[in-house]
Amino acid sequence: MIYTKDLSKTYNGTTVLNIEELTIPKGQSFGLVGNNGAGKTTYFSLLLDLIKPTTGNITSNNVVVDESEDWKPFTSSFIDESFLIGYLTPEEYFYFIGELRGQNKADVDNLTSKFEDFFNGEIIGKKKYLRDLSKGNQKKAGIVAALIGNPEVIILDEPFANLDPTTQIRLKQIIKDLAEKQGVTVLVSSHDLMHVTDVCERIVVLEKGNVIKDLETNPATLKELEAHFGSTAITSQEEE
Amino acid sequence: MIKHFLNLEWKQYFRSSYWQKNIAINIFMVFFALYFIAVFLGLGIGLFFLLKETFPDQDPFVIANSYLFYWIIGDLLMRFFLQKLPVMSVKPLLTLPIKRSTVVNYVLGKSALSFFNFLPLFAVIPFSVVLINQDYDTAMVLTWMLAMIITVLIINFLNFIIEAFSAESELSFLPIMVVVSVLFGLNYFEVLPMTSLIGSGFLAIANHPIFILIPIAVLIGCYVFNYKTLIKKLYLDSSLKSKVAEVNASDLSWTERFGDIAPFMKLDLKLIWRNKRTKSMTFLLLIGVLYGLFFYPQPMYKEMTFMSAFIGIFSTGFFLINFGQFIPAWDSGYYKLLMSQNIKYEQYLRSKFILMVISVVLLFVLGIPYVYFGYKILIAHFAAAIYNIGVNTHVILWGGSFNRKKIELDKKAAFNYQGTGAVQWLIGIPLMLVPMGLFGLVNWLAGFAAAIALLIVIGVLGIVFHKKLMKGITQKYLNSKYKMIDAFSQDN
Repeated sequence: MIYTKDLSKTYNGTTVLNIEELTIPKGQSFGLVGNNGAGKTTYFSLLLDLIKPTTGNITSNNVVVDESEDWKPFTSSFIDESFLIGYLTPEEYFYFIGELRGQNKADVDNLTSKFEDFFNGEIIGKKKYLRDLSKGNQKKAGIVAALIGNPEVIILDEPFANLDPTTQIRLKQIIKDLAEKQGVTVLVSSHDLMHVTDVCERIVVLEKGNVIKDLETNPATLKELEAHFGSTAITSQEEE
Repeated sequence: MIKHFLNLEWKQYFRSSYWQKNIAINIFMVFFALYFIAVFLGLGIGLFFLLKETFPDQDPFVIANSYLFYWIIGDLLMRFFLQKLPVMSVKPLLTLPIKRSTVVNYVLGKSALSFFNFLPLFAVIPFSVVLINQDYDTAMVLTWMLAMIITVLIINFLNFIIEAFSAESELSFLPIMVVVSVLFGLNYFEVLPMTSLIGSGFLAIANHPIFILIPIAVLIGCYVFNYKTLIKKLYLDSSLKSKVAEVNASDLSWTERFGDIAPFMKLDLKLIWRNKRTKSMTFLLLIGVLYGLFFYPQPMYKEMTFMSAFIGIFSTGFFLINFGQFIPAWDSGYYKLLMSQNIKYEQYLRSKFILMVISVVLLFVLGIPYVYFGYKILIAHFAAAIYNIGVNTHVILWGGSFNRKKIELDKKAAFNYQGTGAVQWLIGIPLMLVPMGLFGLVNWLAGFAAAIALLIVIGVLGIVFHKKLMKGITQKYLNSKYKMIDAFSQDN
């Protein structure tokens, strides 16, 4: 489904991402973990053609993303608040995204009604602009907007940050359902190892732009990840 | 503490990308300031002799004082629109061991050092020197000078009080208009002769220095009032927390007839209505309509028919220019979203195009009454409108592909240079000067009818080739996609 080949991104001589080869099959829930500056957001930005790769490319569903725009109809994403239009209400925002993705109001209402639990009564019908919502509620709106229009690939950067515990648990269920029941390829990144291991079938660890671990999730994965990040903490302490 | 504050501000100013990227504007502002200083200096030196010549049998000093009222009113008005209370990001300071009173005193103290307070001194001091030279009593002149300086500061703080009130009301110009028109009305209808009252007040101070205590008391009063209002705002839950606006939703289903660009048109209309900066821009439409009134009633423009082409371009294109020059920066806040969504660039641009065309047609229709000043004006406006639709819309869309500056939509509008770059200055040349030049030249060579025909033909050509032109423009935007995304995600 998503095939990355010889991908690298360099800013002023500093390589921030360098992936030789990475294949993400259809319907996989894929987790990306790493410390700050590991290249997670850079990879997602490349996947969305928001920045230009220095070398190599990503092919999504046989479409080379930086050459054609045909990946857009089946891809959706929520990277950060700059994906929200502040002067719209959440409903208007959903309808706008819906219109871009060929969904009418009824379709959108139908979808968002499934997320009443998730919204916890704080999003729909509040007559507030998105810019006036709290960070957590903005995130909820952004994530649900990314589910509009039956996308085949969904990219969520740090979806768990800023969410309250109840919502985190609900979000995990939503992401699992997407991959298992609907065959959607879901890509998430997170700093929270527990959440990623709960949600993702496969976890890739990035460090300074390189893939250093590629794990099938099993009961031991969390331990392994904790050991990995714990050891880097120890070595860096020793270096100091 | 003050040292720390100054240090912070110095860094804030010079490390802002606004400063680093807008050297041209900064230079422009410096020249602007120098120009005003020169004007005031000239006024200060020349005023005495000017008054002596105009009113030979009266004391120039007394006359100057009798005009002080108008100066005070004018200064107040000018400051209201140009001067803002110095802003300090106090949020990070609130949790630090700093007294709230220190912060407030600092902000108010800093406002006293504003350029607007120094500007009058460039006139007051030379004028005083001239007075002393002309054998006026030195002590008297110095007292008068001191009173003037205090008055400047009173105006400074009075302005902030008025601004505080206007920030709370929906019609932000109302308080200043009320204050100014009440003062002016009192004077004009001679209920309270402010002119002579203020004039003789200053003369009294000059002659009896003890009276200077009165302005000082007023100054202290204004300061204390400002202090009290500001200190109340230094809590997170009052002014620092942004206001939550009520949604104003309106039915935009009529846009559906535009087919596939309807979502964008709805978005653009909401963009215009719901954000401070764009909202005040729509009031410019009014200026666009009324623009001709500055010129047409004056007989000297009757003969200059080529002027009507210029005014036509300007008045029918007023919205086009003001809105168009910041495409696509209006959407810079969520540009990444648009670029990763399932949209066609061409639809996005066409929505802006249609919006501009509608504004041109609307402004032309509203401007039809100008026919009162001669049918030729109407014809010229018509030709200008066609030219605007056919050529200028495309030119400004094309120019937009060079925009690299982000706009934050909820910042104020007047004198907000955010988003302004070289593009905005340069785009004016093809937009205004080319049609004016063409029109003027042909008008001079072959007459009015030929010149009108030329504008219309060029405009119609633009409309005919609309699809082709849009294709080229779209390509231009696609080519600069990454650069724009990168630039728009930079913080100012």
